[in-house]
Amino acid sequence: MNPHIDFHALAPEIVLAATLVVVLVADLLLPDRERWQTSRLATIGVLAAFVPVITLAVDGADRSMFGGAYVVDNYALAFKGFFILVAYVVLLMSVDYISEGDYYQGEFYFVLLTSVLGMSVMGSARDLVSIFIALETITMPTFVLAGWRKHDTKSNEAAIKYLIIGVLSSALMLYGMSLVYGMSGSTLLTDIGAFVAKGGTPPLMIVAMFLTIAGFAFKVSAVPFHFWVPDTYEGAPTPVTAFLSVASKAGGFAALVSIVFVGFYPDKGAWQPTLWVLAAASMTLGNLTALRQTNIVRMLAYSSIAQGGFILVPLAVAGESASAANSAREAVIIYLLIYGAMNLGAFAVVMALARRTRSGEISSYAGLMQYSPGLALVMSAFMFSLAGVPPLAGWFAKFVMFRAVIDAATPAAVTLGVIAAVNSVIAFFYYVGVVRQMWLQPAPEGTEDRPVRIPMALSSALAITTVVVVVVGVYPQVFAKIGELARLGG
Amino acid sequence: MALNQFLILAAFLFGTGVYGVVARRNGVLMLMSVELMLQAVNINLVAFSAFLHDVSGQVFALFVITVAAAEVGVGLAIILLIYRNLGSPDLDRVEQLKG
Repeated sequence: MNPHIDFHALAPEIVLAATLVVVLVADLLLPDRERWQTSRLATIGVLAAFVPVITLAVDGADRSMFGGAYVVDNYALAFKGFFILVAYVVLLMSVDYISEGDYYQGEFYFVLLTSVLGMSVMGSARDLVSIFIALETITMPTFVLAGWRKHDTKSNEAAIKYLIIGVLSSALMLYGMSLVYGMSGSTLLTDIGAFVAKGGTPPLMIVAMFLTIAGFAFKVSAVPFHFWVPDTYEGAPTPVTAFLSVASKAGGFAALVSIVFVGFYPDKGAWQPTLWVLAAASMTLGNLTALRQTNIVRMLAYSSIAQGGFILVPLAVAGESASAANSAREAVIIYLLIYGAMNLGAFAVVMALARRTRSGEISSYAGLMQYSPGLALVMSAFMFSLAGVPPLAGWFAKFVMFRAVIDAATPAAVTLGVIAAVNSVIAFFYYVGVVRQMWLQPAPEGTEDRPVRIPMALSSALAITTVVVVVVGVYPQVFAKIGELARLGG
Repeated sequence: MALNQFLILAAFLFGTGVYGVVARRNGVLMLMSVELMLQAVNINLVAFSAFLHDVSGQVFALFVITVAAAEVGVGLAIILLIYRNLGSPDLDRVEQLKG
């Protein structure tokens, strides 16, 4: 019996896989001076992979393969498109960083694209085995990327902390998955959903669900599984940090949403409390620790933990009713899209300024408005957007999150909503702290007067993210539409 | 066939692995402890697979074995780097990043 293979549905992955092989071979064949060409090949490949995503979206039919283990529906396409665009922006951010250091250019793009391939598969995975494989394809290259600066002990430390916690969380998740398989008798999420829907979930199944969710909590860096985040973000090369904070985290959320909504959904008592605690703890601890950071990357690391908490909020209340589930799924997707744009943008500014100051301290942003007003304005936009100030995109992300809470309207949901609201206020202080440094503090003595020179690729990355943050803030319908369309097929 | 014996063995192995990761400070031993945890998963999967007469558990176990090998490859490479730069596989010495 031959399995039915739909090549159109697999086209984005096929293009990505072909690209990464071409990049690796080109790196082998090109002379040293021409190695930078590999970045061009990678960029072209990533853009080419976006084409089938569009044709599949236009076609609109849900495609299912391998007995339902691999599904291409609008939900999958929304994530695929998002991951591919994030990869494109990260490539733009990496080009100069990688070619200026002694950083094995070809291999860098090869490893980065491998991770993107895993993400693309993750959007479609609807089976424990394919979710596991996709997750490992995402994570394992990022261990290597985090330790990319081989001779820098900080980069080594970033890699080892990430690796140990990463493999530990995979093992926890797998143990949970093995028990889920044993209880329900199938690895397919739809079959697991049918088993859970029968009611009378055995206690071991609840333990199994808890372990599985805990494994994903590491990937989305939720408290109390967040210890690796600040250290890894600080030690890893900055473009890699941007990639980890957006793409890798969104990969974890893609899996969490499909597992929770398709697999565990019917027994809300088994998974809602876990997610509730994760969301509340991530928001509160992330924000309170971010307040006292002096390094911009560490501050953004804690901010990303807190933002992860905000994204967990709609998931934690999704089980209350069908309409709550609907708006929760929309909220997670819209929040991720917006969070991706604003966080990538913030990291692009950090990289641009670090080229001049060689420093990651927030105090090094003092007086940026005097000598580089453009960069200061863009950074202010990202900071206000992360804080959720209208008319920048961040407010809409917060809005859809609170809408999901209101749709659920149970005491637990409302309590979580209040915690989220208090946290939005706390978060405002540290984001505005950066803006205050740039606008109100004088530049340190001896600062050069001319603006920071930003390479072409990095400024394109800045331009793309700024446009998204501003346009979506003013016309949120653009992303609201994607959220509505992205229904989750079986 | 008694399923429980296999599940108890797996749980014991898993617990040993968790203890190893938490208690050991040597990078290589920590990786080996994670391997123990993954083998516990494999025992679970194969036992359930035989019990349920369903092949997908065995397929899952094969994937877990493959991925575990890749994980150890990457892990040992990173530990080797640390050993070269710091002269020791002891991860307590790796503590520049704090806050």
